[in-house]
Amino acid sequence: MSREPAAPPVLRMAGVSKSFGATRALDGVSFELGRGEVHALIGENGAGKSTMMKILSGAIPPDAGRMEIDGWPYAPAGPADGLRGGISMIYQELTLAPHLTVEENIMLGREVHAAGWLDRKAMKRRVREALELVRHPEISPDVPVRKLSVGAKQVVEIARALLNRARIVVMDEPTSALSQEDSQRLFEIIGKLKGQGVSVIYISHFLEEVQRVADSYTVLRDGRGVGSGRMEGTLLEDLIQLMVGQKFTRFFPKVEHAVGEVILSLDGLKGARMTSPVSLTLSRGEILGIAGLIGAGRTEMLRTLFGLDEAEGGSVVVSGFEMAGAKPWASISRGLGLLSEDRQGEGLALGRSVADNMTMSDFAPYRRHGFLRPGRQRRAVGEWIGKMKIKAKGPAQKVGDLSGGNQQKVALARLLHQKAAILLLDEPTRGIDVVSKAQIYEWIGELAREGKAVLFVSSYLPELLGICDRIAVFHRGGLVESRPTPEWDAPGLMAAATVGRARPDHPISQRIAE
Amino acid sequence: MSRQRPAGLQKVLNVLGPFIGLALVIALFSLIPEVQGRFLRFANFKSVATQSVIVALGALGMTFIIVSGGIDLSAASNIALSSVITAYAINAGAAPLVAVLLGVLTGGLVGLANGALVTRLRLIPFIVTLGMMGIARGAAKWIAGNQKIDAPMTWANELMARSPRPSWLLLAPGVWIVILLAVAMAVVLRYTVFGRHVFAVGSNESAARLCGIRTSRVKILVYSVAGLFCGLSGVMEFSRLTVGDPTVAVGLELDIIAAVVIGGGSLNGGEGSILGTMVGVMIMSFLRNGCTMMGWPNYIQEIIIGAIIVIAVTLDRLRHRGE
Repeated sequence: MSREPAAPPVLRMAGVSKSFGATRALDGVSFELGRGEVHALIGENGAGKSTMMKILSGAIPPDAGRMEIDGWPYAPAGPADGLRGGISMIYQELTLAPHLTVEENIMLGREVHAAGWLDRKAMKRRVREALELVRHPEISPDVPVRKLSVGAKQVVEIARALLNRARIVVMDEPTSALSQEDSQRLFEIIGKLKGQGVSVIYISHFLEEVQRVADSYTVLRDGRGVGSGRMEGTLLEDLIQLMVGQKFTRFFPKVEHAVGEVILSLDGLKGARMTSPVSLTLSRGEILGIAGLIGAGRTEMLRTLFGLDEAEGGSVVVSGFEMAGAKPWASISRGLGLLSEDRQGEGLALGRSVADNMTMSDFAPYRRHGFLRPGRQRRAVGEWIGKMKIKAKGPAQKVGDLSGGNQQKVALARLLHQKAAILLLDEPTRGIDVVSKAQIYEWIGELAREGKAVLFVSSYLPELLGICDRIAVFHRGGLVESRPTPEWDAPGLMAAATVGRARPDHPISQRIAE
Repeated sequence: MSRQRPAGLQKVLNVLGPFIGLALVIALFSLIPEVQGRFLRFANFKSVATQSVIVALGALGMTFIIVSGGIDLSAASNIALSSVITAYAINAGAAPLVAVLLGVLTGGLVGLANGALVTRLRLIPFIVTLGMMGIARGAAKWIAGNQKIDAPMTWANELMARSPRPSWLLLAPGVWIVILLAVAMAVVLRYTVFGRHVFAVGSNESAARLCGIRTSRVKILVYSVAGLFCGLSGVMEFSRLTVGDPTVAVGLELDIIAAVVIGGGSLNGGEGSILGTMVGVMIMSFLRNGCTMMGWPNYIQEIIIGAIIVIAVTLDRLRHRGE
């Protein structure tokens, strides 16, 4: 990393490590940030970027390693210390109070007052200045924030961060919710910040954007820093190679299965929460992988298909029946089964028993005259627990007491119990242990052999490459490429997901000029 | 980026919304020939105002609680307890001023307990105040020996007198107290750091915490202030009845909450105004008054007020649509 000798780094992190239980989230990461530098932090989901930023902000303490700001030791006890150290975080999820006005939000916790009486004039002036600074003087300080567009809200967050006299601004996926035009303005703001000597840590999955805006980069993979340097002269494919590393696919059990006739086809399906229409087909005995970045529209597509989100157009044909706009109960009766990506919030009722969770979508076998027959339910669920190798004390145990992997098995068992023929699995292996992961891969293969169709959404490329017959890639709301798995490799998938094209074979400078 | 619709009109509608409801209610009864004459008289307005005092005081505090995202089900029990304490103190020979202060303080302590329990035990306000509803009511009955406490007449009983003693006052002292406090609280909610923090906590508590606001402190203060208002309301209740009755005001907390909600308060927090709340109180009072004059039975009033709550909140929702 090149550094001017006269200017010591604003921030230095050395050998920072952090473990959560058995998972090593960060493993001896070092990082330097110069004054007025825009430094991109790059890595796949789960590479350790957010853990690192949480440590920096003081939200969590590191297990080992040290941090310095301007050469002084920096060991924050909480987020308040981070703020005092001049570190401002702009989070992905917006942290504004929707009912309060722009002015009230920007000044929140820093009100100008005399003995508790607000000095509204002074505050309005400061807010106007801040909005001027971020080049959005047209945003009125008096408008409630909930009336603003997502982009404008982001601008308000940035203005708030600047007012905090931040010296280091951390932006976590700042453009994921922004339009092209607003992203453009954000880059201008970043340029302005640089001019004022503010340093920016810029986290993004959109590599072209990163190329444009950042002076230097650090790539994290599996909690380690695997490369850093000046952005100038670095090729996109180099970054992608660093992100994916050398990964093998041979640990994925290959269950032989034959692809049969088409059972599900989407034709121009458009939903209220989908940004562009999607067409694809899925056959019996096929495992179709869906790759893409978080927020690329994969979950929205599944939810629209299943009927959880409103469909606005296009068609969904399931074994010959038109299903677009069907409600979830109708989808289930046609053989669809959805495994939610939000296991704890939506997938399972954590306070209820394994038995109730597993049979929730189909109580029919245990019902007589409207009464539940708990004995039968217990026996049936007991069999499933054995079959799925779920580590639970019994059908009556609360699901919330199980480990993540076992919870996921219960959620998956529910789909099998309801005899779903088309399984829509949204990040089924996220946050679960390796053994459970391997078991889930094997089941997915078994299910395909039984002739079930599987739509497998994952952000983890090796598993997609390892078990899928075909992989389709989503980029910014739309399906951009679909090919048989042998025609894909990890860099190609990553390129399609981050750039929207499978082969980033021109030098970057040309593509930006396009 | 921020598309602004005809902001002027929108703003006017937002401010006037509850007033339109009030105007409609008054217009309705003014147009009915049977009651027209009696309804529109100053004497009637005066009695409506006096009847509103107890709910209005409770609603002032409740507005703060609801704006902060909370709820207080113990308000009515707190009013009863405070009225009993006031009567008890006067009966025991305390100076009326001391008795009144004791009554107000009692309410404040119950509120403080609510706030402390909500923040320390991290229980939801509904549960804490549901418990406090029983505790305060039980305490009131216990202290009063399960019967009314008679107290000698003092100036404290004139607070709610329909014809105020210096007749130039025109309205009962209690009504003036409500007006003054309403203005004061509206100013606090709008023009102080505290008021702004109350809105912030109700609108997005984690954002407020992230911005360095001590959310627990804000909540404790909110419940304590609301408790003081219930205490004062209890004093007014005693003044009106001239006895301390532990069984008074049962179910009144729902009227208080209804007033805040009709006035634009959102039970999800972050929304509400003192002016709106006061209009909400007046809407309910005029409806009761008008219905009584029409000779309509009680149950009709209940049905109408129930419908008004649903209609008011639906209109409010429609107004916010598309934001």
